[in-house]
Amino acid sequence: MKLSTEISGLKMRNPTVLASGVLGETGESLLNVARNGAGAVTTKSIGIKPKKGNKNPTVLETEHGLINAVGLANPGIDEYENEIKIALKSKIPVIGSIFGKDKKEFVYLAKKMGSFGVSAVELNLSCPHAKGYGIEIGDDKKLVYDIVKNLKKSVDIPVFVKISVHTNIVSLAKNIESAKADAIVAVNSLKGMKIDLDLRMPVLSNKIGGYSGPGIKPVGVRTVYEIASSVKIPVIGCGGIMNGEDAVEYMMAGASAVQIGSGVYYRGVDVFRKICKEIKTWMKKNSYKKIDEIVGIGLR
Amino acid sequence: MRTNYPKIVEIAETKSEAKDIKTFRFRYNKKVSTGQFFMVWIPGIDEIPMSASYTDNFKGVTVEKIGEATSALFKMKKGDKIGIRGPYGNGFKTPKDRVLFVAGGTGIIPVASLAEKIKKKNSLIVFGAKTKKELFFIKRIKKSCSKLLISTDDGSFGYHGFASDLAKKVLEKEKFNQIITCGPEIMMKKILDLGLEYKIPVQASLERYMKCGIGICDSCAINGYHVCRDGPVFDDRTLRKMRDFGKFKRDASGRRVRI
Repeated sequence: MKLSTEISGLKMRNPTVLASGVLGETGESLLNVARNGAGAVTTKSIGIKPKKGNKNPTVLETEHGLINAVGLANPGIDEYENEIKIALKSKIPVIGSIFGKDKKEFVYLAKKMGSFGVSAVELNLSCPHAKGYGIEIGDDKKLVYDIVKNLKKSVDIPVFVKISVHTNIVSLAKNIESAKADAIVAVNSLKGMKIDLDLRMPVLSNKIGGYSGPGIKPVGVRTVYEIASSVKIPVIGCGGIMNGEDAVEYMMAGASAVQIGSGVYYRGVDVFRKICKEIKTWMKKNSYKKIDEIVGIGLR
Repeated sequence: MRTNYPKIVEIAETKSEAKDIKTFRFRYNKKVSTGQFFMVWIPGIDEIPMSASYTDNFKGVTVEKIGEATSALFKMKKGDKIGIRGPYGNGFKTPKDRVLFVAGGTGIIPVASLAEKIKKKNSLIVFGAKTKKELFFIKRIKKSCSKLLISTDDGSFGYHGFASDLAKKVLEKEKFNQIITCGPEIMMKKILDLGLEYKIPVQASLERYMKCGIGICDSCAINGYHVCRDGPVFDDRTLRKMRDFGKFKRDASGRRVRI
């Protein structure tokens, strides 16, 4: 059985990818994820300058998932070169996630990431908990088009765009495709909040956070289905993937690969190896030989 | 079940231990091992990791006033509400006889708690502080039947010098089967080296900037290990694999900075 696949020239031994934001701040943690079976890893979102992020509490658990408002904490692009160097020892594709406030910043960051040797850049246009970044940019269709178009002119590595559900998905996806992006990643965490009943106040210091984990899976599957039905570029699915069957479901909806973030919390860092094993079990039972055969079969 | 969510508790008791060091006690009925820590939420201010100083049903944390969050906590009184998550981390492995404890400053917090739990008359605690005014838990340590040797950097009490130097003198004369250490990382690095020299296994409790406490945000990473989940207590074999131990830590943005 063949789990290996290729997206926009990225050769992956399997379709599981570490999602941005989890265990991606340090190169050695990325190496550890690779050792635990991931097909590719995505770095934490990196910006121009070091950023402390929000005050704690920044992460908490709810009934069906996690809510976080880490706030794009990162050491800044210059410092991050050392982490990439370490991560590249894994020999699997390293995807550099970046966030900026405008076209200029994104181009600068993508060029830097390219020079560090990443296999692709992923634009974070969907972070729900950092003012002036992420979703606040991803919501502006024209701006997104402009950023992607400029990036494609300035770098020669593939450009992935990670988007949010809090927007008109289909028209944004078509825009991203027409700007010549190589793939769309969907979805980032959803805007969420938790109020404590004893204290009668939001728990996260940022009040609003990104909701991820098992509770958002149906939203993610629906979004991937809608995007895959309307564009031709590959889609990478993300949101609540905990096991092999979740991954298969996303792939049926049209995802060529899947990202795993909260799954690391629920099942440990070896979640990648576990999911690959479970995908194989499902394929065997259902007589599939190649993982690519599953992609999009649910689009009807 | 939501386990990683702050439980709101009332401060039941506060006690001033030394200059800028206070203990806060509260009822929290989860099982806690010595060496584990809580994420303590000071509502509206911040949430920070704190080593458990009392691990029975009447739990406690002992805190040094060093920043915004601890200063806000210091102003809180009996009846005020704080949030508690955890306990997190692995805690100490119950050490074999005979134990040498080496603590520096607030590193005495988990050390005193462990010494109290194992109650071995033949164990020895080396406790170093900058000055006499920063010594605390002395009565508590004496009650735990351990022998106590004190050092101060300024010589205002006990041995004049660092705890690591005093520990070296002790090791030159006496035999131990286990070293437990907590305190400034440069001190712990010296203790790790002493352990290697005298062929004694070492357990050290590390401190790093933390956000999630549950092993996913990567803030407390040290060479692929996470202090919140794989630690905070590490054994000598693991510590020797950490190139950054005693040299570098990460700041809130994830930058690698000198210790």
